[in-house]
Amino acid sequence: MNIVVCISSVPDTTSKINFTENNTKFESSGIQFVINPNDEFGLTKAMVLKEAIGGTVKVITVGDATSEPIIRKTLAIGADSAVRINKAATDSYTTALEIANYLKENPADLIIAGKESLDYNGGAVPAMIAEMLGLPFVNACNGLEIAGTNAKISREIDGGKENLSSSLPLVIGGQKGLVEESALRIPNMRGIMQARSKPLEVIEAKTTEDLTTSISFEKPAEKEACKLVDADNVAELVSLLHNEAKVI
Amino acid sequence: MSVLVYTESWDGSFRKSTFEAASYASETAKLLGTEVVAISLGEVSNDELTKLGNYGVSKVVSCCAIEKGDSQAATNAIAKTANDSSVLIFSNTNTAKMIAPRLSAKLKAGIVSNVITLSETASPLKVNRQAFSSKAIELATVNTATAILAIAPNSFKLIETGVNCTIEEDSSNEKGAITIEGKETASGKISISEAEIVVSAGRGLKGPENWGMIEELAELLGAATACSKPVSDIGWRPHGEHVGQTGKAVAADLYFAIGISGAIQHLAGINSSKVIVAINTDPEAPFFKAADYGIVGDAFEVVPKLIEEIKQLRA
Repeated sequence: MNIVVCISSVPDTTSKINFTENNTKFESSGIQFVINPNDEFGLTKAMVLKEAIGGTVKVITVGDATSEPIIRKTLAIGADSAVRINKAATDSYTTALEIANYLKENPADLIIAGKESLDYNGGAVPAMIAEMLGLPFVNACNGLEIAGTNAKISREIDGGKENLSSSLPLVIGGQKGLVEESALRIPNMRGIMQARSKPLEVIEAKTTEDLTTSISFEKPAEKEACKLVDADNVAELVSLLHNEAKVI
Repeated sequence: MSVLVYTESWDGSFRKSTFEAASYASETAKLLGTEVVAISLGEVSNDELTKLGNYGVSKVVSCCAIEKGDSQAATNAIAKTANDSSVLIFSNTNTAKMIAPRLSAKLKAGIVSNVITLSETASPLKVNRQAFSSKAIELATVNTATAILAIAPNSFKLIETGVNCTIEEDSSNEKGAITIEGKETASGKISISEAEIVVSAGRGLKGPENWGMIEELAELLGAATACSKPVSDIGWRPHGEHVGQTGKAVAADLYFAIGISGAIQHLAGINSSKVIVAINTDPEAPFFKAADYGIVGDAFEVVPKLIEEIKQLRA
């Protein structure tokens, strides 16, 4: 089975976020970048599936050269090959179109992307890829089993989960639950050495027409100082919530 | 040129987030000088459908044979109804996140998700959205003639306008490659993303057996229960309750953080909440910097007192 995992390089979740150029650009200097956590669950699931039923795992990203350390990390974790479409991602539609165009030429049986990337949180790329390829799609996927050309899938819905089945090829928007946090893999030295010689193909981007534009950013207003109430005076807290904040 | 709103239902009923989307659509329609048309998927009774009129929907197209979990069929049904619409509104639910971007690709209509404000201009539409897991607010604009906006739950007040809502049945029964086998839901649970009050607890509770008082407090307040990431990772609580950057986002009116230290990833998920209360034994816990009110104290002493005081207030 040919599995393609779409990945993006995002600021480490502990990062403090700042903007530059008059609050129009994300300030990336001093930021540690990581594999988007939702994508990492998908990559690990792809490795588990490959080990169980055979096949190949290829990762694909739309990004400039600064995303290469993240791509090498996915190869060190165990992906067989990687493709980087050379374009700083600016808009969900053009990002999805680049990936869909590649997949039209190089079809996959299973396409796994994270349900959203933890930078811009658009959450749109996986569904768009599915539409552009005319494939079924399940988002917020927290369970996946493959048998032959069929998939059994569960997705998170409000207050529970929905169970579905689908034929392959299929596009998945993955998240925690696809595999458990404890199943995530840390690259070992052998993996890191092997990653250096695995193929990383760089393709020039073709799309230019963004459907949306980011104008500017601001940070939420700072909170005022917390009002501390004595632990022996819980009544005071209830009174503040009732009379001052008017929330209970 | 109408405004189309996808009005999601759960087991035949609409929820607050549905009416928020309708209210948002109605305000957008006012800006554009047009009407609101809704589209509903799956079985919903006429009584329930006409409730949409309270929030400004003048017509609802009811596709009772289309399953919302089948994103291909749902997208095609909405696209067919959308051919006269310049703006499409969704509430950003798990299901809408499957359908709205598909529709964006199909119609080549720009999409903005996690929207938290109305546009002040009709053309182009410019809206604020949450980005970087609520660590930033982004002003974004749509460059295409048709725009799709997916609004963040709990970001808009309901606006009752009271128009007459007519129902149009659409009997199309297209199917995609997906089959819905069934679902497993805990009945009576309040959705974390829609809840007005959320009671959340962390490792400070020392073990899953101590969640009784958290559930009691939540029930008393009509609140949803939530938890921190470590608690869901070690299996004390289900993943569905994990709130934070890699879990769910919360925009509650009132958020209780009990025995949660306040890692930056957790705070990112909850900082859209209006009032935050932290209860923690450690006075240096980062949560006290993000909270509006706090008690430095032991949850096992404070929470039972809190329950008693709220009961007295309600009495």
